Order: sequence, then C-alpha cells, then structure tokens
Amino acid sequence: MTETIVPPAGAMQDGDWSPKAAPDDRFHRALLDNVRPPAWRNPTPATRYNLVVIGAGPGGLTAAREAAALGAKVALVERDLIGGDRLNVGCVPSKALIRTARLYAEMRGAEDLGGQVPGDIGIGFPAVMARMRRIQARLSGAASARRLSDAGVDVYFGEAGFTGSDTVTVGNAVLRFKKALVATGARPLTPPIPGLAEAGYLTNENVFNLTECPPRLLVIGGGPLGCELAQAFCRFGSHVIIVQDDPMFLPKEERDAAQILSDALAQDGVEIHLNTTVVAARGEGTRKIVDLLCDGDKCSVSVDAILAGIGRAPNVESLNLEAAGVRYDTEAGIHVDDFLRTSNRRIYAAGDVCLKHKFTHAAEASARIVVRNALFLGRKRLSALTIPWCTYTDPEIAHVGLYVREARERAIPVTTFTILMHDVDRAVTDGEEDGFVKIHVRDGSDEILGATVVARHAGEMINGLSLAIGVGIGLRALARVIQAYPTQAGAIKMAAEAYSRTRLTPRLKSLSRRWLAW
Amino acid sequence: MTDAASQSDEALLDRFQRAAFGYFLDHVNPENGLVADASRAGAPASIAVVGFALSCYPVAVERRWMTRSDAAARTLVTLRFFCGSPQGDEPDATGYKGFYYHFIDMTTGRRAWQSELSLIDTTLLLAGVLTASVYFDEDTASESEIRARADAIYRRMDWQWARDGGTTERQGWKPESGFLHYGWEGYSEAIILYVLGLASPSFPVPDDSFGAWTATYQWENIYDREFLYAGPLFIHLFSHAWIDFAGIRDRFMREKDSDYFENSCRAIQVQREYAYRNPHGFDGYGGDCWGITANDGPGFETLTIEGRERRFLGYAARGVPYGPDDGTIDPCAALASLPFAPELALSALRHFCARYPEMIRESRLPSSFNPTFRGGGSPRWMSPDYFGLDQGILVLMIENHRSGLIWSLMRRCPYIGAGLRRAGFTGGWLS
Repeated sequence: MTETIVPPAGAMQDGDWSPKAAPDDRFHRALLDNVRPPAWRNPTPATRYNLVVIGAGPGGLTAAREAAALGAKVALVERDLIGGDRLNVGCVPSKALIRTARLYAEMRGAEDLGGQVPGDIGIGFPAVMARMRRIQARLSGAASARRLSDAGVDVYFGEAGFTGSDTVTVGNAVLRFKKALVATGARPLTPPIPGLAEAGYLTNENVFNLTECPPRLLVIGGGPLGCELAQAFCRFGSHVIIVQDDPMFLPKEERDAAQILSDALAQDGVEIHLNTTVVAARGEGTRKIVDLLCDGDKCSVSVDAILAGIGRAPNVESLNLEAAGVRYDTEAGIHVDDFLRTSNRRIYAAGDVCLKHKFTHAAEASARIVVRNALFLGRKRLSALTIPWCTYTDPEIAHVGLYVREARERAIPVTTFTILMHDVDRAVTDGEEDGFVKIHVRDGSDEILGATVVARHAGEMINGLSLAIGVGIGLRALARVIQAYPTQAGAIKMAAEAYSRTRLTPRLKSLSRRWLAW
Repeated sequence: MTDAASQSDEALLDRFQRAAFGYFLDHVNPENGLVADASRAGAPASIAVVGFALSCYPVAVERRWMTRSDAAARTLVTLRFFCGSPQGDEPDATGYKGFYYHFIDMTTGRRAWQSELSLIDTTLLLAGVLTASVYFDEDTASESEIRARADAIYRRMDWQWARDGGTTERQGWKPESGFLHYGWEGYSEAIILYVLGLASPSFPVPDDSFGAWTATYQWENIYDREFLYAGPLFIHLFSHAWIDFAGIRDRFMREKDSDYFENSCRAIQVQREYAYRNPHGFDGYGGDCWGITANDGPGFETLTIEGRERRFLGYAARGVPYGPDDGTIDPCAALASLPFAPELALSALRHFCARYPEMIRESRLPSSFNPTFRGGGSPRWMSPDYFGLDQGILVLMIENHRSGLIWSLMRRCPYIGAGLRRAGFTGGWLS
C-alpha cells in the first residue's frame, strides 16, 4: 500500500535542501505516538526518586528500564523524542537507507555475480525514505512512553534543569532525587565556515527528513557519518563530493582500512577531495557555491545540498549544571571519573554527554555501570569495558581494543596476524573480497590486544573478537574452535591458525620429523 | 629482446644496467645538471632523480661508461646549481630553508607545477650529493670543490624547522599554505630521511624523532610471513639503495630479531605471493610477474573487461596486499629487488624479456605495464614514458648486487654512520 507523502508546511520548498521536519505520513505519526505522544500528560512527581534520568536516548532508556526492573523509583525526562539519536536521527534511519543503497549497488553490479543488470534501475527516493520511516515507527514500539510507564518509569516530557544538588525541575514539576543520571547525548558540531549557516546545510538531525534526493551533494567530513551517507546518496544517484581535511578518511582507523574505504567510495563514483578544507559557502539562487582549499590551491564547486558531519558536541547547555555543582566543558562534556560519577557525588553521567566513544552501545554499557554504581554501591569501571565500533560503509570497518600505535606507545611489542578477505572462501563465493581481518597480539603470547576488520559484514564479525578480548580468550583457543564452513567470520579462525603455525618452530619441526621417521 | 635467454646473468644485468644509466645521459641539462622527471617532452626536473643521477655517475666511472673527469664535471655543475640557485619564501624559488621543491624547471631551475618543498625528495637528492662527496675523494680542484659544495648544501638544510614544532618531520611545505598537514605514518622510504636529519651537522633533529616515527610501524604476519609492512615495493628499496641495512638493527628490529635488509627480502616474497595468488584476477600476474609499487598507470578510467568492471589509475602509489591495485606491474622495481632476491628478480627479468619482448626498447625496461588494460586496440598498456626514479633505482640496485659499490661508499660517509647510531642502530658494519 502506498501513501502520498505530504511534507509539513514550510518543511522544504522547491530547491530548499534544508528540511526542518519529517514528512507527516502515517509512519511518522506512529513514531510520534510512541516517542512523543501528543496527548501525553506528565505524571505527578513522587516524593523522592531513587533515580532521575535526564535524556531518553539509548543510555537514559537503559538506565531507566534496568533501575525500574530492580525496584527503583525512576523518573525519565526527555525534552524531544524518546529514543534519542539512535532511533530518530542516527543508527536506525541511516542503516535503513544504507540497506536500500546497497541493493541499488548490487543491482548495478549484478554482472559481477553472474546476474543480469535490470533494464531500468529507477530510484524511488520517496519510497526509500518511507521504508526508513516505517522501520523507525516499528522499532519505536519498544521505546514507547506507554511501555516505559507500564514498566514503572515516570516519563516526563520537557526541558530539565537542576535547581540544586538533589533537585531537577521539568516545567512546574520539581523532582527530588537520591541519585541522578545525565544522559543528554550530543548534537552535530556546527562547522565554523563563513556563509554556511546562511547558505543552509544538512546534518544528521534533518537529512533523514529529505523527500527528494539532492542531485548534487557536498559532504563535509570524512568521518563515519560523512562516509556512510556519502556512499549511500551516491548509490541513490546523487553526484556526491566528499571533502575531508585530513589526508585519509576515518583518521582514527588503520590507514589500510582507510585506503580500502577510499577505493570503495571512488568505485561507487564519489568525488573525493582529501587534504582539503571548506573555506566558505554561499547561496546563489537554488544552488550553493562552496569554496575549497587544498595545499594552497583554491577551487569552487556548485551543489544543491551540503551535509556536514564533522563531529559531535555534548548537550550540556540549559541543564543548569552549575546549580548542582557538576563540572563540565563544552568540548569534552560532563567530567566523570572511572565510575562515571560527576563532581556531585549524587549525580552520574553516561553516553555521548561524557564519553569519548559516542556510540549507542557505549551509552548503554555506561548506563548499566551507572545503575550498579549509583544504586547498589557498585565499583564498576568504565575503563574495564571492551567497546567495539563499526563504520557502516561498504565494506564496513570495525575495530575493538588497542590499535598497534596505542600498544607501541605503551611499550607493548605487537605482531599483527592478517587474513585478506580474498583468501576466505565464503568472501570469494559472495563476491565480497575487499577487506581483511587484522588481529593484534602481544608478542610472546596469544593475548589479543585489539583487532580491525574490514569486510562487508565487519560489524557482525567484530563481535566475536570483542567477546574474546572481553573474557580473555587468546588466539590458541580460537584456533581450536570449530566454526561452520563456509563463513566470512572464518577469517578470524584463519588468523588464529596463522598464529598457531608460528609456534611450529624449526626445533619442533625437527623433533616432529625425527618422531615420524622413527 | 630475443637473445636474453642465451645471455648469462651477468651479461644481461650489464646490458640493462647500462641502458638504465643511459636515461641520465639522454635527459640531463648539461648547463645545470638537472635531470628530467620523465622522458616525455617538457617534463620538469625532479630533484630526487638528480640525486639518483649523482649516485649513478660513480657507477658509470667504475663500469668504464664514463671517465672520472666527465663524471666529476657533471657532478660539479649540478652542485654549483644547487648551491647558487635561489632560496627563499617566494613562490618561484628553487628551494627554501636549504630544502628544494620537488619539481623544478629544467632550464631556469625555478619551482615547477606549484610543487611542494619536499623533504623526501630533498633527502634523495642529498643522498646523491653525499655519494658524490665520498666518491670524489682526490685532491684536485674539481673534486675538492665537490666535497666543499656537498657539505655546504647539507649544512644549509634546516631539519629542525621541518618539524614544524613537532617531534617528527613533516612531509613538505608550500609558500601558499605552509606545512603540508600530514607527516610520516608507518614504515616508509623515510628511514634515510631520519638518518640524514639526525646526522645533520647544523640543524639535527632530536634523538627521539626516530623513535616517534617508528612507533607508527606495523609488524604483520601476511601469507605466513612476518615483516614490517609497507605496501608499495619501492618503500622496501629506496633507502636501501644507499644504506646497507644487512646485520645492523635499531630497537624495533632487535625486538623482532630481524633487520631491514631481511625485511625487504620478506616483503618481496609477499609481493610475489600476492601476484601468484592474484586475488583480483589480473592478466599476467604470477610468480615471475610481480612488482606493485608507486608508478605510472593507464589513466583514471573505468572499463568493463570480460564482464568485470575494472577501475584503472594514473600515477599512483599501488601496494600489496591492500591495494590499490589495478593490474599495473613495474618491471624496474622487480629487477631492483636483485640484492634481496637475486633468483626471483632474474627469473622475473627473463620472464619479462620472453613474454613481453615488445616493451623492452634498447634494453631499457619501461616504468610500468598493464596486461589487463587493452585500450586503443593494443594488447596491453605500457607506460609511454621512462621515469628517472625507475631507471635510477635500477642502476644502483644492480650495482649493489654486482659489486656493493654504493653501499661501500656510503659506509665511508661519516654522516650515514652517525645518523644510524643516533637512530639507535648497532651491530654489523657499525661495530
């Protein structure tokens, strides 16, 4: 069943690629029914809460649910939509788009798999976005205000602000707490580029509201968001220009991973400008003119839309943290110790508002620590977490643990066991040979210090390595595990077997030969 | 090239080495000693290629392809140019702070192509300058002047400025935009850059700079071979053209119980193994057809060949095993691997001669060729130009294999020994 999509009044005019609100279709209304019910009335505050959680993103939701399940009296305050970035403007919508984009790439590359390219590969962008909104609506059910309320959580919608060391106000309601958790997340950084604000630009907060695919899109920033969406929109038919001021994409990742990603983006047709800075932007009619600078050479490009993805800033303003004695700064966010406690012993923080690693799963894991430490005298440490991450380009780039450089800075000698995906049977049969598994091992042992996986499904593969690091399984044990054949994750076992072969020293070989000759 | 099969290894090498040296006679400006980056008309000079030329002249003298006085005269013209050419922050100078622009005009010697002030290319020039200063050791007016000018050129280079306030060296600088905002990441040809920066008699870089760079190294087990990884083959060759790394070890190699010479041997095995496995199914690749490195290519073009989409590159830093790889082979790099893998390199050379005789003109190997790319009705693409870097590394590495001349000369260069020791190298010929 199809439905005509009606953009909300003033949301996006012809030639205006800066939509302010999502199209008002049944999927979006279903989403709002769950995450911001129009008729919602805030509850009457309890005398005192065991835990007041500010921010209903992944961290806040996790903490509120877990604390309530353990019998705590919990208040959860959200100023916008329950679900935070993950559900509304982050992982969920972007992965939905990426999936459709991959389908288009596979249709165009059908011959590589022995298939035929369909005669007419038309891009139905409204349908792509409608599917995305349908998925958002469906997944929002688990995070609905009603379900939270049923689980014993007092859900408040409104702006929260501290009024003392143990009180928060939401509108006229005063919430007293024994412990509080700030999990307000982060927002896109505003690029300090002259003229950009006036010209108009997209971020992750409004790009998913688009109803038309921009014919020409300039992406500022070669981090995870920029690379993922540059590839996706290119596959939807945009002429995408990506500008990165570093000489490589994903500068925190291994350079070989960045090289493979660069090749993949180029293969898709993305116009790549590395080592290049955006110095100015201006609107000219329906176009946006962007000035670029690369090693002293200037050039200008004309595009229809600009997407900025240069990083994220913690949401610390308007919380009146000073009233509660909570130290923070606008770059790093709220200052916490290894137990996620702030400078006010009653108040904790979790997720993007305080963490270096701004990921949904990191927010959830840190929120669980807070529940233990704040309510049950726990001593769980943030530094004890093993946090993997993944950039969902094609191929995906995933990492867990230490990078080689970090290990060497700590004077840990490292050997990296590398398996190329082109040597993995299942990757060959799938036609997904770009990438590798690299496992970094402490010399003289089989201890896994870290790993990077570049593969079509690297995000799935990294979890096995995260488990191994988390519970201390070494490569010797991994080499003994029997895995189903053929799988792409078999690359991990192949790396473990490569490690095992290094243990076959010349002396052992000699002894073996003598034994067999006897 | 029909008679390669009947020639002895020595005769074959002599022929290819001499033909490679011919590049430096064919493409030099005798007025200033500058040598063209490539053989195509109008190409500017590359300062790195000049460094190779300066290193090749002693080879030519010892091989009796050139008289000592001719070599000294050519060298002196070159050094006089680099001593006297304009240095300053104006955009068309020859250099700045003692370093030189990557490409300069063959006639005027001024900056070309808005190129960067290049640390690595200046280093390769300096390696040639120092080779000349050691070789020309006679007490004659010209050879004394060579030594004096070589010393002056080295002393003027401000390696401390080139750190831009950091611990490690930058890659380059431009008058329009300042330092290039990237440095050296991972193992690369920069090892000789650090050795000469540490040994500078006037502006030495601090001792910890080498360690800060080697902290970015990656020791990898690929195809069951452990080595200090770098993708393009030339990285495993260039510093080795001047420095004999066999048996000398820095902290990293002591930790790994290896040395940089052995490392190049393993890197070549990985190159060959990659070509044998040929994961992308390129034409020609195999046990005798390898050499994936930074070089010329067919051009930035995407073609569908036998139902498979192939994206080709122009001049690019190709590497193994992570790529980029578009099926382009550099026969010069394969043959220049001779000191590390003589049998493999000679076998590759004989294969090139037998399988692709048309690409070898007057015994000179092309910069690169691509058997997969069949543009313009040709059975395969071949670089239309010769590049000075390819011909230079061939001359030096064949000579190191045949006589060890360059290595033995540079062992006598006090700066090389001093730089290596400051970088923490011990053992072998440094003892």
